[in-house]
Amino acid sequence: MKAHLLSAADLTRDDALLVLDTAQELAQIADRPIKKLPTLRGRTVVNLFYEDSTRTRISFEAAAKRLSADVINFSAKGSSVSKGESLKDTALTLEAMGADAVVIRHSASGAPHRLATSGWIRGSVVNAGDGTHEHPTQALLDAYTIREHLAGGAGDLAGRRVTIVGDVLHSRVARSNVHLLHTLGAQVTLVAPPTLLPVGVEQWPCDVSYSIDAPLPQTDAVMMLRVQAERMDSAFFPSAREYSRRYGLDARRMAALPEHAIVMHPGPMNRGMEIGSDVADSERSVIVEQVTNGVSVRMAVLYLLLGGAPLVADEEESA
Amino acid sequence: MSTTVIRDVSINGERRDVVIAGESIAEVVASGSADTAGATVIEARSLIVLPGLVDLHTHLREPGREDAETVETGTRAAAAGGFTAVHAMANTDPVADTAGVVEQVWRLGAQAGYCDVHPVGAVTVGLAGQRLAELGAMADSAARVRVFSDDGKCVSDALLMRRALEYVKAFDGVIAQHSQEPRLTEDAQMNEGVMSGVLGLKGWPAVAEEAIIARDVLLTEHVDSRLHVCHVSTAGSVDLIRWAKSRGIRVTAEVTPHHLMLTDDLVATYDPVYKVNPPLRTAADVQALRAGLADGTIDVVATDHAPHPSEDKDCEWQAAAMGMLGLETALAVVAETMVVTGLLDWAGVADRMSIAPARIGRLEGQGRPIAPGEPANLVLIDPAARTVVTASALASRSRNTPYAGLDLPTRIVATFLRGRRTYGSDA
Amino acid sequence: MDAGTTTQDSAGMHPGDKPVMSESDIARAITRMAHEIDERTTGAHDVILLGIPTRGVELATRLGARLSEIQGRAVPVGSLDITMYRDDLRRRPARALLPTEIPAAGVDDALVVLVDDVLYSGRTVRAALDALNDVGRPRAVQLAVLVDRGHRELPIRADYVGKNLPTSMRENVRVALAERDGEDGVFLSGPKEQS
Repeated sequence: MKAHLLSAADLTRDDALLVLDTAQELAQIADRPIKKLPTLRGRTVVNLFYEDSTRTRISFEAAAKRLSADVINFSAKGSSVSKGESLKDTALTLEAMGADAVVIRHSASGAPHRLATSGWIRGSVVNAGDGTHEHPTQALLDAYTIREHLAGGAGDLAGRRVTIVGDVLHSRVARSNVHLLHTLGAQVTLVAPPTLLPVGVEQWPCDVSYSIDAPLPQTDAVMMLRVQAERMDSAFFPSAREYSRRYGLDARRMAALPEHAIVMHPGPMNRGMEIGSDVADSERSVIVEQVTNGVSVRMAVLYLLLGGAPLVADEEESA
Repeated sequence: MSTTVIRDVSINGERRDVVIAGESIAEVVASGSADTAGATVIEARSLIVLPGLVDLHTHLREPGREDAETVETGTRAAAAGGFTAVHAMANTDPVADTAGVVEQVWRLGAQAGYCDVHPVGAVTVGLAGQRLAELGAMADSAARVRVFSDDGKCVSDALLMRRALEYVKAFDGVIAQHSQEPRLTEDAQMNEGVMSGVLGLKGWPAVAEEAIIARDVLLTEHVDSRLHVCHVSTAGSVDLIRWAKSRGIRVTAEVTPHHLMLTDDLVATYDPVYKVNPPLRTAADVQALRAGLADGTIDVVATDHAPHPSEDKDCEWQAAAMGMLGLETALAVVAETMVVTGLLDWAGVADRMSIAPARIGRLEGQGRPIAPGEPANLVLIDPAARTVVTASALASRSRNTPYAGLDLPTRIVATFLRGRRTYGSDA
Repeated sequence: MDAGTTTQDSAGMHPGDKPVMSESDIARAITRMAHEIDERTTGAHDVILLGIPTRGVELATRLGARLSEIQGRAVPVGSLDITMYRDDLRRRPARALLPTEIPAAGVDDALVVLVDDVLYSGRTVRAALDALNDVGRPRAVQLAVLVDRGHRELPIRADYVGKNLPTSMRENVRVALAERDGEDGVFLSGPKEQS
C-alpha cells in the first residue's frame, strides 16, 4: 500500500485483496459484545468534508472509532471553509493539530491529491470522494460486497461480470469501480446514454454499451448510479421520464438478470428514476449490505494506512 | 558616444565583429577587423547574435494586479529572456480600452527602460463583448496601438467580430483573437480527451478553438482584413490556418512555448502550475504545432507570459488561475523543441521570435536585419550552454513557471535595447 | 507466536540450526500437557483451547484432540488473532490480520487455555489477554506453550510448558509443525539480526 489512498488505480491486486481480507476479519467485530479495537488508540483521524455526505462521513467516523482513533469532524458548514479559507491554510491547521490521517471529501477533482502531494501535511490522505474523479473506498466496499455474494468471500473477482449503469461522466463511483474491478479480474460494462460517457472512455479497461438491455442477461452484478435531475437542464438527456424508461432498472429488466445476480446502488437512490422501488427493496438488492460493508472496508483502510509504522510517501505521482 | 564591439560573433553562421555606436549598429565587419580602441569589447567566439526578440502576447498585469507583475518587473523579465519589445495585453484593471490607459502603460514601459512596451488595445469595452472600444483613439494615441485583443475572452459575437475586423482596416490594425467558443468551454478545466475523462476534470474540446478560427478566417476573407490567431493549441487549428493561408486570407498565428513542449498528461499531478488557457493538449497536437511553426503556417512564437501570485496557484486545480510564465524561458524552450530537433535553424528562430512578430505588430526598429545603420536591438546567446530553470531566480514577480528544475539548452548572455545593455553584465 | 520466534515456512534443517525437540518429543510434550490440563482443571468440562496464530492454532488443535480423548468429549478449539492488540504495531508496516475463530458457544464463564508455540517476552500473551477481554468474560484463563525460552518482560508465566529451553537473547527459536512446515521439530539457531 502507498501512504495515501487517492485513487483505486493506486491499488495493486495484492493491495486490494489485503484490504478485502482485512475487512473480512474486521467485519466480525460487529458481532462481538465490544465493537472496538485498541489499534489506533492515540491517533487522530480528521474527517474533512467540503461536501455534505452524511452517510460517508458517518461510515468513516464509525470505522475510525471502532479502531479507537480520535475523530475530529471538520465540515465546510460553520467553519472557515465557507468564509473562503484556502485548502492550504486548512491543511496547515490540521497539521498543527497533529492529524495522522485526513479523510477528505471535496467537490474539486484532485483536491485529495493536492493535499497529499503539496507538502502541507505529513499524515495519510484518504479520498472520500473528489468531484467527478474517484471514490476509492466506495469501490472497495462494492468489490467486497460482490465477493461475498459471487466469489465465496475469498480471492479475486476473475470472470465476474459487472454492469454499471448511469451517469458515468460525472460519477466518481464508476471511475473507481472500473479501476478496481478490472484489477480484481472482473469484466466491467458501462451503460449510459452517449452524453453521459466521458470522451476517451473507449480506452478504459471495460466495455461500453448505450443499451441497458443487451448486457443484463450476462450480468452477475448490476450497479445503478445516481442520476441527478439537474443534468436534465444541461441537455444531457431530454427528461427524467425518458431517462428512466431507457436506462432505469425496473422489475421487468431485473427479470432479465441471471438468477444469482445482485443489484447494487451506492446511494442515495432516486427511487423511480434510475431504480424502481420494488427493485431496490427486492431480495436481489444488496444496497443495505453495501452500507454495512462500508464500515469494515474503511476500518481496513484506516488500519492498513495508520496501524503500522509510518509508510514512506511514494515519490512517484500517480496517473 | 559609447562604443561596444561584439567580437567574433556568429550571424547566421558567419563570424563577424559587430560595432555598436550609440543607439545603432555602426559596423558589421569581418572578425578581428573592428577597431576596439576605447570600446567595450565582448568576446563572443562561442556566441550567436539575433535581432532582439519581440513578444506579441505578454501580460504585464499593471495596472490592477501589481501583486502579480508590474511593467517594471515584467520588462526586466523580458530583457532577461532576450526580448527588446513586448505587447502588453489589455486585460488589466482598468481594462486597456481607452487611449488614457494604453498611454499610461506605454509611458510606464518607457520609464522602466528594459524593453519597448506596446500596449494591446481591447476590442470591446471592458472586454465585455458588447460594444467596440474606441479603437481609433487608441491607434491615434501616443501608444500608437495596432494590435487589438480581448485576450482572456473571445470576441464570440460574430457580428461584433466582423465590425472590429472591418474597423481596424482604417489604421492597418489587426484583431488578435482569443479563439474559445464560450458555451463549449463553460467551467472547462483541461483538454477534453482521455486524461480529462480519467481525472474527472471538465473537458475543453479542441473544437471550441477550431470552430472560432474557422468562423474568423471566413469573416476575415469576407471583409478583407487582418486576423491574428492567439495561442493556437490544436492540430485542427493548424490545418484550418494552413487552409486559410492557401486561400490568400490575411491570417497570422502564434504558438506559445508551452504548447510546443508540454502535454495534458502533466495534469495528472493536479498541480495548477500546468493550468493554462488554452489548455495543454496531446502529444499529437504538440507535433502538429511544431510542424506548423516550422513550415510557417504558424508565424510566430508568443509567450502568453501570465504571472500569477502563489495563492492563485497553491490551491485546488479548479480554484486556480490559468496561465504560466513565459518570457524568461521562451528562447530555451524554442531551442529545445525546434532547434535541437532540427525543425528550425537560428535564422528561423530570428524570424519566428523577432522579425515576424515585429511585422505583425507594425513595429518600426524591431526585428530588423543586423546591419549598419539599424537600431542596435540585439540579443547575444550562448547556444551550447544549458540552464536549469530556477523559479526563485526569475526576474518576474511571480513564480508560476512550469519548467522549474528542467535543464534546457541556451543561455542569454546579453540583451541590447538601442545600444544600451538591458540584461547581462559587462564582464 | 512471540517476538524472537522465526517463522520460516520452509521445512528442514537450516544451516547452523540445532535441533532441541524431535517429532516424538513434541508428541510426548503435547500428550503430557493434555494430561496436566485435565488434572489441573480437575476434569472440568468447560475448557476451551484458543490458539494464537499462526502455530499456536495447530498446537491447540493437537492439544484439543488429545484432551478430547482423555475427557471423552469434543473439546472446543478456536483461534485468537492478537495483531490489532500488539504493542509493537507502529514498529513495522501494517500486517495482514490472521483468523479469529471463537467456538460457537463463546468464552463467557468458560476456562480458556491460550496456546502458543514459544513464550518469550510475554507481550504476545499480554495482547491475547486484551483481545480475549473484548471477546467475552471467561471464568479463568490459563496458558500453554510448547517452549518457554525465558527472558520475560512482563509478569506472565505459563501454566503448561512442553519444554523449558534456556536461551541467549541473541538466539532464535524456530518451531516447525507438519501441518504448516512439512515436519515437526524445534530448532535453536545462532545469533541473528532481529528484523
